[in-house]
Amino acid sequence: MDLGPHLFLALLEGLVGAFVLALTALGLSLVFGVMRIVNVAHGTFFMLGAVVTWYVSTLTGSFLVALLAAPLAVGAVAILADRLVLRPIGYEPESTIVATIGLLYILEQVVLMTYGPYARPVAAPIYFRVDFPWFGYSGYKLVVAAVAGVLLVLAWLALWRTTLGLHLRATQQDREMAQAFAVPVERVYTLAFGLGGGLTALAGALIVPVQQAHYLMGLDALLMSFVVVILGGLGSLRGTVVAALVVGLSDGAVSVLFSPTLAKIVATLLVGLVLAVRGRGLFGEESA
Amino acid sequence: MSHNGDGAVGLSRRRFLTAGAAVALGAGLPGPRVPRADAQAGSGPLRLGFQVHRTGIGAVYGRWYERTTTAAVKLINEKGGIAGRPVEIVAEDDGTDPKRGAEVVEKLATQHKVDLIFGTLFSHVVIGSAPRAGQLKIPYLVVSEGYHVASGRLNRYVFQPGITDVRAQVTAVAPWILKNLGKKATLIFPDYAFGHDHRDFFSRVATAQGGTIRALVPIPPTETSFTKYFPRVPADTEVLYHVMVGPGVLTFVKEMGEHFAARRPQIFGFVDSLEGVDLASPGLDFLEGTYFWEAFPRYAGAGTPAHVRTYRERVGVNDVGASVNDPRDVSTFSHMFGCWETLHVIKAAVEKSGYKKPGPADYKALIETLEGFQSFAEGIEHPQGPKRFVGRLHQVFGQQVISRVQKRRLEVVHRTAVEDSMYPPEADYTKQPL
Amino acid sequence: MRVLGLHLAVLGLLGVLQLVLPPFHHGMVARIMVLAAYAIGYNLLLGYTGLMSLGHATFFAAGMYGAGLTIHHWGFGVAGAFLAGLVAALAASAVVGVITLRTAGPAFLIVTMMLAQAFYLATLYFNELTMGEQGFVLSGLRVGFGGRGVDLTEPVVKYNVALGLLAVCLLGSLAFVRSPAGRVLVALRENEERTQLLGYNTYRLRLVAVLASGLTSGVAGVTYTLLFSYVGSTFAGVLYSIYPLLWTLLGGSGTTLGPLVGTLLMTYAVDVASGVTDAYLVVVGVVLVGAILWAPAGVVGGIRARWARWLP
Repeated sequence: MDLGPHLFLALLEGLVGAFVLALTALGLSLVFGVMRIVNVAHGTFFMLGAVVTWYVSTLTGSFLVALLAAPLAVGAVAILADRLVLRPIGYEPESTIVATIGLLYILEQVVLMTYGPYARPVAAPIYFRVDFPWFGYSGYKLVVAAVAGVLLVLAWLALWRTTLGLHLRATQQDREMAQAFAVPVERVYTLAFGLGGGLTALAGALIVPVQQAHYLMGLDALLMSFVVVILGGLGSLRGTVVAALVVGLSDGAVSVLFSPTLAKIVATLLVGLVLAVRGRGLFGEESA
Repeated sequence: MSHNGDGAVGLSRRRFLTAGAAVALGAGLPGPRVPRADAQAGSGPLRLGFQVHRTGIGAVYGRWYERTTTAAVKLINEKGGIAGRPVEIVAEDDGTDPKRGAEVVEKLATQHKVDLIFGTLFSHVVIGSAPRAGQLKIPYLVVSEGYHVASGRLNRYVFQPGITDVRAQVTAVAPWILKNLGKKATLIFPDYAFGHDHRDFFSRVATAQGGTIRALVPIPPTETSFTKYFPRVPADTEVLYHVMVGPGVLTFVKEMGEHFAARRPQIFGFVDSLEGVDLASPGLDFLEGTYFWEAFPRYAGAGTPAHVRTYRERVGVNDVGASVNDPRDVSTFSHMFGCWETLHVIKAAVEKSGYKKPGPADYKALIETLEGFQSFAEGIEHPQGPKRFVGRLHQVFGQQVISRVQKRRLEVVHRTAVEDSMYPPEADYTKQPL
Repeated sequence: MRVLGLHLAVLGLLGVLQLVLPPFHHGMVARIMVLAAYAIGYNLLLGYTGLMSLGHATFFAAGMYGAGLTIHHWGFGVAGAFLAGLVAALAASAVVGVITLRTAGPAFLIVTMMLAQAFYLATLYFNELTMGEQGFVLSGLRVGFGGRGVDLTEPVVKYNVALGLLAVCLLGSLAFVRSPAGRVLVALRENEERTQLLGYNTYRLRLVAVLASGLTSGVAGVTYTLLFSYVGSTFAGVLYSIYPLLWTLLGGSGTTLGPLVGTLLMTYAVDVASGVTDAYLVVVGVVLVGAILWAPAGVVGGIRARWARWLP
């Protein structure tokens, strides 16, 4: 294929990937930003969203019902985890890492035992091909990108226009001060963790007709979410979104220029070097 | 939490810690659940260690390997066992990880004291585990499809008597592809050993027979989206040869369909891409009219021989290759027979060699017997088809099948002869000391 | 003094244990000791310098490949390969150290992860040389002590080489953290700015820390490959960067014995659980959660807080 169309295709793919990544990472950004903890089970919530979607859509025959059920179910699991494990250890950063690794093992094994080791597909609710002159493209992928975009806007609105959003932002900026202003910080934490899980489960649900639901699919989501959250700058949701776009599009462009594995090496090094130079990320605050 | 001053505690820390260490280790000390005395005397059950991928990326295969093994052992025991001894399987999960694989070999050999070990599939686990088997001097029969056994890079204790290797598969199908599908080929493969074997062997055979490799597209292993790679397929490609494996495979096929649609070249894949996957899945319509290599046809039909029907019944697979208990549970039909046939080879070898118990003399006899095998006849013991065994390579050779996707089923269009797959041997394990 | 005595006692116990351990556990403990050395290297950076890395697999694998490639392709002997592995680990540490000089906290985490990921992909990319994911086998490894030398894969040799490595790393880390240099690192961990204000060149300190940590992890990698005869990309992957983090945190970061305890605990948790049930990961997960609920600072950290404040 000529360079022009090839680049167009790669950028299109990159854009779709970027939107999904932004939605996946948003939940982590929230958790990391508000609670300052590393949730190693974040990718597992993504995977659970996909798996629950498969179950619900197979049972009810409706993808849309699944799309509603998945984030609710996974959000509930997240809240449970917060109450039973994270709160008792006081959200201590290092202990949280071990605890969430334990959570990861438990959830993955449970899924393996119930759902199985298979990669199962879910039929897309809308299926059509967009025919460009040089190649065909999945219409559903474009829909996913659009929906993710809408959800990101909704999330932004919720954060900046609702009381809950205010509480979240306040707790993120300064926990003690927020407490002094009667923000129920403990509850905000739980809610943040639940929302974080739910948002990423939603991303998993949206993407499952494109990829398949597989019990190990969370690792990649976890790693990429981390990269994007930190590259964007801790505590900045805008940064997360921008970083996702940067990563997605540059990934696409680089893949055109280099052979696949080499492209991945280059893309990986690029991210690392950006962060090495600008440690706080694109939009992060200067550490006091 | 206690806040006693240190002096209040009577137990010395040193003793506490060492006691703690002892407890930790003691918790792991073996409490044998099976009496081993009998086995060591050469009577009592024959204990076969089964290294299985119960978790990790190989889990789909591991599940079916285990079912097939259980079925084979049941049949063997119904017929009187091996050398009159009942067969017992001791299974351990290796998590599809080479480090854990080596630990499992150790555990099976030194703790469970099994007679021999079999069952590993993924190449990197085989290569990580085989050295340990060689060091522990215990026969290690893999069901892997990798060329590593026949390449001579492992050791004399390693055999692959139940399943053919990639080099043989490619050698057998490449001439048919060039003759029937096209001479200009583009290869899409995962960028690791399994994919490289396909790349290297197909290129070799193809160019020797007048074909050309138009392009090579290696895909990084963890890739979940493939659309951006399809533009690398040159427009004048006559046949697209793909061997993508892993959970992303359905995505690969769907995206391939979206990208090429009606303008596609001829497409030849390996059923490894679809093991455990239902051909009637949404998004796989694109595969209609494309070709696949199979080792053992997944779909049964009017022409299916009786012994194959018996095999399918015993293992619990229906006519479309799915579990009789759950039609959504699709089998890994072109691989799992390897366990069945390996167990029957073990039976033949143990009975012929007079093997009684673990030990250098008995193992030597067993290994030399295995190396002496020349062929295995088709039948209930070898339902996949007739086999030739090359002793010096420790590798078995068999027929390969080419099928076409027709109305969401795989229909066999060609079966190669065993000889078509036999490449010149490059190793000789029989010359190695034991 | 009792700290040194305790460490020597632990090592002595491990030494004596080899006489009573059944063969399987003999091999397991040998393996654990080498991996514990890896975790000790990791802890130098995490527990004592306060830098959490997600890229230590690079150092472990650099040692592994340094030794493995020189033996496999150029016929080096064991001693030469060992040195080659050390040099490779040192080089990798230097590169990582320089690139991450000005990063801290989350950025350090991601940069180390990205560098490790790039290294992993490179081992796949250059698979002509490295055999990629599949890897390759080393055979006939002998250490010459006059005459034919000693076979490295003999259980007794394996155990004692591993023990020797652990001893060097454990006692080395003990000496290091109690030395002036070590104390400055702890100061660095507690408050980088203040340490700078006190006149220390924190950049040089961090580099030294990364070098020490990387070298230790690399030596563990070299030893692992020489004892267990396998080299492959799996060991450069992100999971092998997560393991030492897990082992160290479970055992107790910031304690010298923590990494050993963590490695021992995790390895046996997996082994014991898998003997009891197919769903062993659930059991392991529960053990992890339970352990951390009981001792948020890790097992040894918890012991230190409750009963033995003098533990380093």
